Amino acid sequence: MTSPSPRRVIPIKVEPPSSLSAEERASVERACARLKALPGALLPILHAVQEAMGFVPKDSVPLIARELNLSLAEVHGVLSFYHYFRKERGGRHVVHLCRAEACQALGAAALEAHAKRSLGIEFHGTTADGAIRLEPVYCLGNCALGPSLMIDEQLQGRVSAQRFDALMAGTRARVERG
Amino acid sequence: MSAVKIFVPLDAAARSVGADETASAIAAEAQRRQIDIELIRNGSRGLLWLEPLVEVEVAGRRYAYGPVQPQDVAGLFAAATAEGSAAQHHPLAHGLTEEIPYLKRQQRLTFARVGITDPRSLSDYLAHGGYRGLAAALELQPHQIVASVSASGLRGRGGAAFPAGIKWKTVLGAAGAQKYIVCNADEGDSGTFSDRMLMEGDPFVLIEGMTIAGLATGATRGYIYLRWEYPDAKRALEAAIQAAYAARYLGENIQGSGACFDLEVRMGAGAYICGEETSLLESLEGKRGQVRFKPPLPAIAGLFGKPTVINNVITFASVPIILERGAEYYQHFGMGRSRGTLPMQLAGNIKRGGLVEIAFGMSLRELLYEYGGGSSSGRPIRAVQVGGPLGAYLPESQFDTPLDYEAFAEIKGMLGHGGIVVFDDRVDMAAQARYAMEFCAIESCGKCTPCRIGSTRGVEVIDRLVAGQNAAEQEILLRDLCETLTYGSLCALGGLTPYPVLSALNHFPEDFVKSERAHASA
Repeated sequence: MTSPSPRRVIPIKVEPPSSLSAEERASVERACARLKALPGALLPILHAVQEAMGFVPKDSVPLIARELNLSLAEVHGVLSFYHYFRKERGGRHVVHLCRAEACQALGAAALEAHAKRSLGIEFHGTTADGAIRLEPVYCLGNCALGPSLMIDEQLQGRVSAQRFDALMAGTRARVERG
Repeated sequence: MSAVKIFVPLDAAARSVGADETASAIAAEAQRRQIDIELIRNGSRGLLWLEPLVEVEVAGRRYAYGPVQPQDVAGLFAAATAEGSAAQHHPLAHGLTEEIPYLKRQQRLTFARVGITDPRSLSDYLAHGGYRGLAAALELQPHQIVASVSASGLRGRGGAAFPAGIKWKTVLGAAGAQKYIVCNADEGDSGTFSDRMLMEGDPFVLIEGMTIAGLATGATRGYIYLRWEYPDAKRALEAAIQAAYAARYLGENIQGSGACFDLEVRMGAGAYICGEETSLLESLEGKRGQVRFKPPLPAIAGLFGKPTVINNVITFASVPIILERGAEYYQHFGMGRSRGTLPMQLAGNIKRGGLVEIAFGMSLRELLYEYGGGSSSGRPIRAVQVGGPLGAYLPESQFDTPLDYEAFAEIKGMLGHGGIVVFDDRVDMAAQARYAMEFCAIESCGKCTPCRIGSTRGVEVIDRLVAGQNAAEQEILLRDLCETLTYGSLCALGGLTPYPVLSALNHFPEDFVKSERAHASA
């Protein structure tokens, strides 16, 4: 006869595996605590996490899922659906370059080629010094003053190759100072 | 002597070409000369080729100067001192703003205050006729408000042009303890910026329009779903919402009427498809922005399954004037079944790009040449895309089409949200057709097969067609694929992508022929 096995305690909230630092974890939890009561809270939470950390780390997904009582698949599905959410770290500043028709009519394709060449990266890439990440965007609502781009939240219009270089130099100077 | 009023727009487009720097230079120069000025950051007048457009108020009238760069500021002050305050002989002077023909000939109903008022000031809004529509609505029964919107002939300005009154009536008649008002501010069409300009330049009119919609339908909660690409509009809206709450234009017991309406801004995250109303509702609920099957209509089962009015920014912003001046007043503008005005947006390769609010019925040609002044490059205009990335490319032979929903439908085009993108004779129309398919592939929500897979196959077929691999067969294949997209897609993204593709192919076939392309580039 075998002796009865010791009673196992099943935790009600399973701790999701996470490689986040304590600080990153706290930042995700703060966003959840602040916003989870909103109806349809997932997008506001993902925005808050990206705003705090510059991207939405993969390992924040289980934390958010637990807080909202959603499955991992549901959170991952939303995170991967929207172009704006960045899934990996990179770039202290984000440059969104417009690829849409109104900017095309004013030479956006040439500007795109110049941007990639001068930064030495493709879309979604980050420059070697970590200063600038380049992303495509489909319309910034500046269609009479194109080609346009947005550096973080600042819209720039009538961007020639020369002006692009000046804007990037200014952005890099801000990184060094900042 | 009281301070001289100087206006420099806070609009994102004006700021994109240096309005902040110009405003700082003006403040510094005034201080240096010890001139007392009041610097007001207004919305944009919509004369975007003149941005940064600086206005100086002299004897109650505003004089325009533009484009004013920081280095021009000292010279303007010197000229104003030398020849009197209006400085009419300065090369950047345009005289009285309201007399500039581009502006003078417009019929600004929805944009009546944009560029004139300080968008951050509720008292300025009230001083310029704001909240008179709400005051009128508070005197009416819900069904009377709906009847007024119906009688005005207002149709959805987002692009689909569905009569607003019918949507509202359905929501009013729907049973439900909670109903919602949702504003579609996911202005994703390239060539359009009227929503952005309005939200930045006169955010209170949108809030007022949505509040009236709430009164009309019994909805007590509203959301503005705004695209992330518009951070300036977010700031403007949030400030205005806060001011409206503080002055009891939002919240409990609005202006002592007993009615309540709560409003908040929610941000999108870079998905063109969320401009489609059912995708937008899914996104607001915190889900992937995938299109819903209809029925049920959002008016019956919309946000969180509740009856929901969902309209575009310009639709809501047109409501206050309808209530204030009466349906008859609004209805007498326009032609046929297109009543009122539409803010058109001139964009792309155009000399005088900007916002032109006019009654329906003017010809596209008049807009392009009389207002727009032709291409900015000075080369001939070869193609014009009207109605965003899903709109048709029109050749010169169709420029006499009147700006009217039905007239555009007749030529297999659409007015959409009023965006007009101009291309000169250097455009490669096969590349534009390919881009339309590529865009559809990038932005497809993935729910239906024609859109999800057809768009990628479309890019491949166009590549083979242009490369001259069995060109005749590829063209048959492309047309067949477009037919599948048109009739087999769940929503307008897949359903309308054939518009730009087929219009490019039909009107500019020479760009798709390999030998002619080689010849053209030689």
